[in-house]
Amino acid sequence: MIQFVPNILFAIALIAGVGFFVRNIKKLTRNINLGKDVNRADNKPIRLKNMLKIALGQYKMVRRPLSGILHVIVYVGFIIINIEVLEIIVDGLLGTHRVFQGFLGDAFYGFLIGTFEILAALVFITVVIFWTRRNVANIKRFLSKEMEGWPKKDGNLILYFEMVLMTLFIVMNATDLPFQQAGVGNPISQFLAPMFSDFSAESLHLVERAAWWIHILGILVFLNYLYYSKHLHILLAFPNTYFANLNPKGQFNNLESVTKEVKLMMDPNADPYANPEPGTEEEVPEKFGASEVTDLNWVQLMNAYTCAECGRCTSACPANLTGKKLSPRKIMMDTRDRLEEVGRNIDANNGTFKDDGKQLLNDYISPEELWACTSCNACVEECPVSIDPLSIIMDMRRYLVMEQSAAPQELNAMMSNIENNGAPWQYNQQDRLNWVNEE
Amino acid sequence: MVVPTMADMMAQGKQPEILFWVGAAGSYDDRAKKISRAFVKILHQAKVDFAVLGTEESSTGDAAKRSGNEFLFQMQAMMNIEVLNGYEIKKIVTCDPHSFNTLKNEYPSLGGKYEVLHHTQFLQKLIADGRLKIDDKNLQGKRVTFHDPCYLGRANEVYESPRDLIRRLGVNLTEMKRHKRTALCCGAGGAQMFKDAEAGDKEVNVLRTEDALETKPDIIATGCPYCNTMMTDGIKFKEKEDSVIVKDIAELIAQANNL
Repeated sequence: MIQFVPNILFAIALIAGVGFFVRNIKKLTRNINLGKDVNRADNKPIRLKNMLKIALGQYKMVRRPLSGILHVIVYVGFIIINIEVLEIIVDGLLGTHRVFQGFLGDAFYGFLIGTFEILAALVFITVVIFWTRRNVANIKRFLSKEMEGWPKKDGNLILYFEMVLMTLFIVMNATDLPFQQAGVGNPISQFLAPMFSDFSAESLHLVERAAWWIHILGILVFLNYLYYSKHLHILLAFPNTYFANLNPKGQFNNLESVTKEVKLMMDPNADPYANPEPGTEEEVPEKFGASEVTDLNWVQLMNAYTCAECGRCTSACPANLTGKKLSPRKIMMDTRDRLEEVGRNIDANNGTFKDDGKQLLNDYISPEELWACTSCNACVEECPVSIDPLSIIMDMRRYLVMEQSAAPQELNAMMSNIENNGAPWQYNQQDRLNWVNEE
Repeated sequence: MVVPTMADMMAQGKQPEILFWVGAAGSYDDRAKKISRAFVKILHQAKVDFAVLGTEESSTGDAAKRSGNEFLFQMQAMMNIEVLNGYEIKKIVTCDPHSFNTLKNEYPSLGGKYEVLHHTQFLQKLIADGRLKIDDKNLQGKRVTFHDPCYLGRANEVYESPRDLIRRLGVNLTEMKRHKRTALCCGAGGAQMFKDAEAGDKEVNVLRTEDALETKPDIIATGCPYCNTMMTDGIKFKEKEDSVIVKDIAELIAQANNL
């Protein structure tokens, strides 16, 4: 019986790790579904193509070649090395050792593990470069105000996780005596093996087992870290690029609730005081625009969870580049933070939200940020995972203007000009053709 | 200058090939009016049968929409659509990328479905059809840089039409470091044109003008009346108005063709 203890412990760790992850994913989808409905079920082939190109193919990442190619190394390494996790899980559950070696054959198995080792070394080096970029290199987009505190720590923690996991993988191979003696598939670990040359066979085995266990437990911890981290993008980049807006970037949606009212206003036969037809419900007037995360749609909320806080958007934003408070990345981070807060509130109050006197507008995002936007779409164009910060900014402006009449004075003047004389400036409509005869 | 209105056309029982949507800037702004006139001169040279709405044209509502006033936008849109559909308009050409974007993308779901072209697209077609030629001698050798309007470029991915026209002028087109999809905004979009900027350390148009000046241009070409204003102001701020001019592509073509 005693010989099954490791298998049982492994199974418990695996079930706990995966179970907790599933619980968090449920919370995540619940929170995303707090958003309003928006139809993104159309054009499936184009959506699939976008997902394959942008998420899987890293098409937009490499537009910035240095960080892009480095990212591709970590990404490819991550995906391919994870094949090894499959073997680790089978070994852990069955109490076998390198179970794939048997039916893949020494040569092919050696080739696979050898590839993983090289990738692990590349990932390690790349992650060190990333750490240097974040902490030493003075790159402006990593030093913005919104990156202070947890976001910076989060970024570094991910890198430490990856460094440790890659090291453990190599150490695990380096201390596997039969594996080193076979001498196939150890292009990197063979250089580490001599460090352990004066270890006894037992202590070598002990180090190997320790590295093996910490490696797989580390992976399970990392899996569960995702939900609390910007690293969630490794999963959400796929649905996020799939469900992204397909219309031209300049096309902003026309609010249907407004269309109904405008049509009523412009219809000379409509009776604004008419009773609703029998059988139809008295409609509660819809709130125009967004002041809270629940006023946004589910794609906008998924955008917030997908954001990896890379700051490419902010580094291209004309308002941010000229010292204004607006940072598109902060818009996304604020949306996620508030959504998490709303989610925790719902959990604490048996499934219903209890007013906490806060909202996305003002408590997280200030009107000053919103009014600094030129709607130029640079942030949308930059985002490597198809996030649309502009749509959130626009929805919040709509709330400010249509629910609160809180536009800047000059914009109010501009809008009353449009209402009165059909132009943003105060000119007579009858002078609209005067330009023809002026020269 | 002869600029027929749709009302004139209708009275004569005629339907023009295109409707020239002049836009508020093109109608009222002193600088932008020159662009409207330059474009009309080219239309006449190419013998294009066109008309304008004149006093029946009203703001597309773009600035209202980008300010967040969806009500005002849709009111304007529905009024304009009523007029446009009344005249059975099929094809619209405009020098203003904001009008272009709104008419092309935001009017259809409200009942206004037209073929909408930016003037650079239309001029490119005239050349392709052999209806217009650009003289490549008058501006030959000038250094020109093109500032992409956000609502033409990123918003609608029209990057090549303006550049194709500029190359035909026989000039030396030099790109700014930020161009096409990475172009920096002039600072006017999203209704910023009509308000002061929020507190910061620089004006957007100054930063963009610095981008342009790095290319040592004789001419900064634009395809948007608002970009034109912002870049012109930027040049004044940098005290370069003696050596650098800001021109719309329509103006450059009119100049090249001695119109």
